Amino acid sequence: MIYLDNAATTRPKPPGVTEAVSEAMQSYGNSGRGVHEDALSAARTVYGVRQKLAEWFGCPRADHVAFAPNSTAALNIVIGGLLGPGDHVISTDWEHNSVLRPLYRLRDRGMGLDFLPADRQGRLDYGGLEGLLRPHTKAVVCTHASNLTGDLADLARVGAFARAHRLLFILDASQTAGTFPIDMEARNIDVVCFTGHKSLLGPQGTGGLCVREGVDIRPCLVGGTGVQSFLESQPEEWPTRLEAGTLNSHGIAGLGAALEYLERTGRDAVRAHECGLARRFYEAVRGLPGVKVYGDFSAAERAPIVTLNIGGLDSSEVSDELAERFGIATRPGAHCAPRLHRALGTAEQGAVRFSWGWANTEEETDAAAEAVCVLAAEARR
Amino acid sequence: MRERTERCVVTFRTTAGAMAMEGACREAGLPGRLIPVPRAVTAGCGMCWAAPPEARRALEELVVKKHLDADGIYAIII
Repeated sequence: MIYLDNAATTRPKPPGVTEAVSEAMQSYGNSGRGVHEDALSAARTVYGVRQKLAEWFGCPRADHVAFAPNSTAALNIVIGGLLGPGDHVISTDWEHNSVLRPLYRLRDRGMGLDFLPADRQGRLDYGGLEGLLRPHTKAVVCTHASNLTGDLADLARVGAFARAHRLLFILDASQTAGTFPIDMEARNIDVVCFTGHKSLLGPQGTGGLCVREGVDIRPCLVGGTGVQSFLESQPEEWPTRLEAGTLNSHGIAGLGAALEYLERTGRDAVRAHECGLARRFYEAVRGLPGVKVYGDFSAAERAPIVTLNIGGLDSSEVSDELAERFGIATRPGAHCAPRLHRALGTAEQGAVRFSWGWANTEEETDAAAEAVCVLAAEARR
Repeated sequence: MRERTERCVVTFRTTAGAMAMEGACREAGLPGRLIPVPRAVTAGCGMCWAAPPEARRALEELVVKKHLDADGIYAIII
C-alpha cells in the first residue's frame, strides 16, 4: 500500500517510536504516583516531552504543556475552559469539527460566534476580521493549516489582530505541530492545541495544549492527580489542573522518541521532504483535463496536502478505486471540514485528499500521479 | 530501617515541579534524590527532593535562579 493519508495519521512511525512505547509498557510505573524508580522513569519521560514541546512552541514554561488524548480533547478543554455564554468568538471557515462542534455547543448556550469566510477557492480574506469584531469579542480560534486543502493561515496577521484588540488567540496546530515553526511569543498565540499522531509522528492517544502563562483555563475534568490529595477541588497548579487521571506515559514515551527523530533528522528537512513531494504531485496532476485541485498553490509554504476531484466522480468512488486497483491510500468525503467544503462547492461530491509523510518517496508520489492520470483519462471516455 | 540523619528537603505542589528540580540539580551537579514526602512536612506533591543539609544554600540559590516551583524547604531528621 502506498500510504498517502498522513493528514489523518502518519504511518509508519519513525524508528524508535514503537520500541519506546514497548519499553515503557514493560518498565514504567505511573507518572506522579509513587516515588520508586519505575514511577520516576515515567515522570521523567513525561516531563522531558513537556520541556521539548514548550521549547518548540516558544513557551518559556514547560509546566504549561498539559497532555490530553488528542487535539479534539485539547480543543474541548481550552474552548470550554475559557469561553462561555456572553462571550463572542471569531473563527474561520477552515476549521475542523474538533473546533466547530465545541464552538457550536457554546453558541447554542448563548455565546456569540462569527466566521471569517472562505471564498470559492478556499482563501480567507483577513481584511474581514475587523468587521467581525463585537464589543464582547474574547477570542480568535483558528487552525494553522486547513486539513482539507493544506493552505496555511497567516499567523502573523491573525496574531497581530488578536494583539491589537486584546483577544485570546487559540491555535489548532493538528496538521503542523512539529514540522512547521510555531512561536507563541512571536505570533501572540495564547494556546496551541496539538495532536501527537500526525505531524509530530507519535502514537495515537497523545496530544495536548501549550498555554501562555497567565491564561486561566477552567479544568474540564477533575479527579486524581497524585498531588494535594486532601484538597476537595482540582489543584490550580499547572499542568496538574488540566490533567486529572493517569497520563498516557506509554504513548508519551513514543511521542518523545518521535520528537528525537524529528530533531535528529531536522524538522525543516522533514517538512521540506514532505512538501516537496506534495508539490511534485501537484505539478503532475494540476494540468490533467477534468482534474480540479483545491487550495492556494501560489503560496510558497503550505502543508503537504493535495486535494482534488476528477470530473463529477464521487470522491468515495475515486478513493476506493485508488485503494483497490492501485494500492494507494487516500481520504475521500468531507474530512470533518463542513464549512470549507461548502465554500469550495464540494459538500455533495466530497474530495480526494492525498497527504504526505516523512516516509513517502518520489516513486510513490509519481505512482499516485500516474493513477490519477489513468482515472482522469477513463472519466473522459 | 536505616539510621535517621538530618536532611534538607524541598517540597513541590506538582510532579512537574519535582521533575524540574531533579533536572536542574542533575545539571548543576547538586546532590540529592527524589523521595516520598515524610509525614513531618506537608506538601501538595507526594515527592520531594532530599539532600545533605550542607547543600541547602546551593539548593535555595538554584530554586531562585531557575524559578523552580518549590513549595517549601525544610531541615528534618528522617
